[in-house]
Amino acid sequence: MIPAAFEYHRPKDMAGVLAVLEEHGDDARVMAGGHSLIPMMKLRMADVPHLIDLQDVGGLSDIDVQSDTIRIGALVTQHDIITNDALTAVAPILREAALQIADPQVRYMGTVGGNVANGDPGNDMPGLMQCLDASFTLVGPNGERTVAAREFYEAAYMTAREDDEVLTAVVIPVPSGGYAYEKQKRKIGDYATAAAAVQLIKQGDTCVHAAIAMTNLSDTPIFSEDAGAALIGTSLDDAALKAAVAAMLNDIDPTEDNRGPIAFKKHVAGVILRRAIERAWSRA
Amino acid sequence: MKDELDNREERVANLKGMGCSRKRVEDARFTQGKGNYVDDIKLDGMLFGDFVRSPYAHARIKSINTEAALQVPGVLAVLTAADLAPLGLHWMPTLAGDKQMVLADGKVLFQGQEVAFVVAEDRYAAADGIEAVEVEYEELPVIVNPFESLKSDVVLREDLDPKAPGAHGPRKHHNHIFTWEAGDKETTQEVISNAEVVAEESMYYHRTHPCPLETCGCVASMDKVNGKLTLWGTFQAPHAIRTVVSLISGIEEHNIRVISPDIGGGFGNKVGAYPGYVCSVVASIVTGKPVKWIEDRMDNLMTTAFARDYHMTGKISATKEGKITGLHCQVVADHGGFDACADPTKFPAGFMNICTGSYDIPTAYLEVDGVYTNKAPGGVSYRCSFRVTEAVYFIERMIEVLAIKLNMDAAELRRINFIKKEQFPYKAALGWEYDSGDYHTAWDKALKTVDYEGLRKEQAERVEAFKRGETRKIMGIGLSFFTEIVGAGPVKNCDILGLGMFDSCEIRIHPTGSAIARLGTISQGQGHATTFAQILASEIGLPADSITIEEGDTDTAPYGLGTYGSRSTPVAGAATAMAGRKIRAKAQMIAAYLLEVHDNDVEFDVDRFVVKGAPERFKTMKEIAFAAYNQAIPGLEPGLEAVSYYDPPNMTYPFGAYVCVMDIDVDTGVPEIRRFYALDDCGTRINPMIIEGQVHGGLTEALAVALGQEIAYDDMGNVKTGTLMDFFLPTAWEVPNYETDFTVTPSPHHPIGAKGVGESPHVGGVPCFSNAVQDAFRPFGNTHTNMPHDHWRIWRTANELGLHS
Ligand SMILES: Cc1cc2nc3c(=O)[nH]c(=O)nc-3n(C[C@H](O)[C@H](O)[C@H](O)COP(=O)(O)OP(=O)(O)OC[C@H]3O[C@@H](n4cnc5c(N)ncnc54)[C@H](O)[C@@H]3O)c2cc1C
Repeated sequence: MIPAAFEYHRPKDMAGVLAVLEEHGDDARVMAGGHSLIPMMKLRMADVPHLIDLQDVGGLSDIDVQSDTIRIGALVTQHDIITNDALTAVAPILREAALQIADPQVRYMGTVGGNVANGDPGNDMPGLMQCLDASFTLVGPNGERTVAAREFYEAAYMTAREDDEVLTAVVIPVPSGGYAYEKQKRKIGDYATAAAAVQLIKQGDTCVHAAIAMTNLSDTPIFSEDAGAALIGTSLDDAALKAAVAAMLNDIDPTEDNRGPIAFKKHVAGVILRRAIERAWSRA
Repeated sequence: MKDELDNREERVANLKGMGCSRKRVEDARFTQGKGNYVDDIKLDGMLFGDFVRSPYAHARIKSINTEAALQVPGVLAVLTAADLAPLGLHWMPTLAGDKQMVLADGKVLFQGQEVAFVVAEDRYAAADGIEAVEVEYEELPVIVNPFESLKSDVVLREDLDPKAPGAHGPRKHHNHIFTWEAGDKETTQEVISNAEVVAEESMYYHRTHPCPLETCGCVASMDKVNGKLTLWGTFQAPHAIRTVVSLISGIEEHNIRVISPDIGGGFGNKVGAYPGYVCSVVASIVTGKPVKWIEDRMDNLMTTAFARDYHMTGKISATKEGKITGLHCQVVADHGGFDACADPTKFPAGFMNICTGSYDIPTAYLEVDGVYTNKAPGGVSYRCSFRVTEAVYFIERMIEVLAIKLNMDAAELRRINFIKKEQFPYKAALGWEYDSGDYHTAWDKALKTVDYEGLRKEQAERVEAFKRGETRKIMGIGLSFFTEIVGAGPVKNCDILGLGMFDSCEIRIHPTGSAIARLGTISQGQGHATTFAQILASEIGLPADSITIEEGDTDTAPYGLGTYGSRSTPVAGAATAMAGRKIRAKAQMIAAYLLEVHDNDVEFDVDRFVVKGAPERFKTMKEIAFAAYNQAIPGLEPGLEAVSYYDPPNMTYPFGAYVCVMDIDVDTGVPEIRRFYALDDCGTRINPMIIEGQVHGGLTEALAVALGQEIAYDDMGNVKTGTLMDFFLPTAWEVPNYETDFTVTPSPHHPIGAKGVGESPHVGGVPCFSNAVQDAFRPFGNTHTNMPHDHWRIWRTANELGLHS
């Protein structure tokens, strides 16, 4: 498990990053925490002749909580998410989800930007960001643009980000209502067998807003608009929960792997979603 | 003369001898990162070797082109079978009487098999070199199922004459390795066919892997000036490795020095000889430089030393009241591409014939067929004595299955069939003579401690609540009572490659009353430097803190067969006590001389010899040690040293009673261990703290195996669990709080009565965890489901029993 030889770049600013990307095109890749990329390089499944370490680029490590938006710099680590009280106060689902990623050692290194940019269907943050309707800020040779998380994922490891663009921040509208991030995994350090992110708003006895996204149950995260819609206008009775689960099952497309066969995954996805909805509702 | 430690209790405590929870002397360096493992060894000019491995499970090798690899900067050589053939080293003997390719000779038989060995200036260049070696393969049909293998026309081992017998007798088919039998076939079949009650079950004990934290590796250094080969390695049996290296290389044994430095866990993975060792030695001879080879995690999981892979079919017969009358066990053993099982020569299925367990079963029969498939070779005893985990799992499942058939409580069924205390030494139907045991006492203590009846009541209430729809969690009570067979073993029936399985200890007492003792074993984390010093402290009356224990260097340590199968304490521990007694015998003569009395007029008392009836007249062992080096004692040689080679008269038979309480979420298949109680009887307890540590470790590996740890193959022979993402290695998070307990039934034939404990918790733990899962489903109609009980398989059981509708 030794990577092929590569050139290591450590630019001091974004212009430097973009210059290396422009010069080497496909042969260059940025690295944030390295905890997805380096294992792939060691397995020689990723060939990266030019590795650009982002660590010295300033301005990417802040968590900025405003009255209606939260801006998380790409280099903010999962550990930073867990320990930031201001963030937890307004969007507790981020902490609940981050605590279920890998283990402390990985979380000290793994970044939010890397997690959402990676495009691995196993990553937890893409689904979470879809649930929260976040958008990603991308910077490239032609300047800055924004892509909604719900539009970002095309297939496994394929995203709307161009090869010469860098993801600089995740911008999240401050969520309100009840939340839950529910994940089943085989052990600490494992990716999800099934995970659900749920955010909902309750008015009186009625659900007026519901956003639901699922993780590791397709080759991309799945934002299930229909599942959310099935809850809106209901008081989350059993029929509504069943409808939401059915809608979600319609949207996911799991494959068999060591975690289990498709029937199992679908069943667990339903159970996990139900639990997430119930927990979110109890907090709404 | 008044000794400063006049108080006897204080003098005993000062020794830190047997029975004391002495802190581990090894931990000072381990906890500070100051251990010295094989990969820490760095020698001037050292090269690094690594393997080109086969991506296919079965393929013919059409060609190997090394030209491009030799152009890679830093690559010095690429060895293939063609290079080793002139030396006769392209194949090597296995511990099981078979032979194994060192480098692929015309074909490959499992994924990950060693095809070429790239030698480079560092491991980075070696990795690049591997990429550049071009191998042309022609795929062959793959067989991953031993039953299919026995029917297949595909010949896996073209090197073997299909008609010629193997190392263990006739072969029935070109993919068959051996048939091994124990017990009385006819009587057993007769008893079973005439029995009042018969329970039958087929079970698969899946393939898994010991997965020590440190992988296998070595450094070979051939000194061409003095003709000496030094080989550092992760060897659980350094002396045997020296002999094997000598036999296959032709280098005289005195010119080979094998050193096992600190070892980061073995669990059986490091008993065998691997192609990496041979290639490193050859590469060092060829290049004249030291060569290091270290497996990475994937190499380790995929190629060295799998464990288990036993397909077992059982029949157990009983009277209507539950008295067992007969046991029939048939095994198809998947050995992979080469038979490289690490068992004593005469036991190709290890001690599987301990499968009558802790029960008084009058008639039994066992038949094991070994089979070749396209999987990695190995077949090691993963934290157990040879195949004992399989045997104990088999009988502890058969007991449960019989209990279901009889509609009886499984704890009670065990109780009425236990071998009784007064039956020891007990001769079992399959041949072993159990040394000692008191099973009823241990069982009653365990059941009482966990409030077994209360648990059963709670379980029954839970079943009702589940049926009423009030909970989705069911509850299982896992029971297991195990008897291990460890301490191999008596030279008359135990050898490995013809080397008798004795062990040894050599002691030197220094003039100032401290000592060094060297043993033929090697610690891999068991804490030998701590416990063996304690045995000696009690035997020779010098403080454990003044005794250095050294193992693992064949130039200095006496010959021994190493550490595995819980044999260190039963065999080398006995040698230590016996050598200590020789020291004491000489010390007695020295003391008598100094005290001017007859030899028989002094007696040993903790740390001194006293004149009988006049305890104020004494010589401490410290004084005696000095006298041994400064007095001319008539009739006695100077010095105080002893050596003992111990050939054990019998195995030892530790036992234990385990209970696991588990809750299972039927919707997700997630098990939660609420309680785990482990009572171990390992005879005399040398260091209770170390015993507890061993029990925790063994139980954790048992949990792993029972709940998910597996080496799985797809139909093409690809390993599906080649990384720690998929191969389950539990962390502190997955592990419950263990409650440990004990009874003490010493071994009557062991000098200090100790039986060994390092593997018991694994052996007893696996069926206990598994039985907990199975017991949870028993009220809903389950009889047996195979391990590993990972989430989806537990879910499948629930699903098949209709618990999701
Ligand atoms: C043992 C283990 C267990 C894990 N378990 C989980 C888990 O349960 N859930 C989970 O979500 N994750 C898990 N991970 C992954 C971990 O969270 C990673 O850290 C994360 O996926 C990637 O973040 P990173 O900063 O390490 O990215 P890197 O590894 O540095 O990069 C990943 C990819 O994203 C690209 N990239 C990174 N930053 C940017 C950027 N700013 N702009 C554009 N492209 C970028 C890189 O080029 C690369 O292709 C696990 C990792 C390990 C090693």
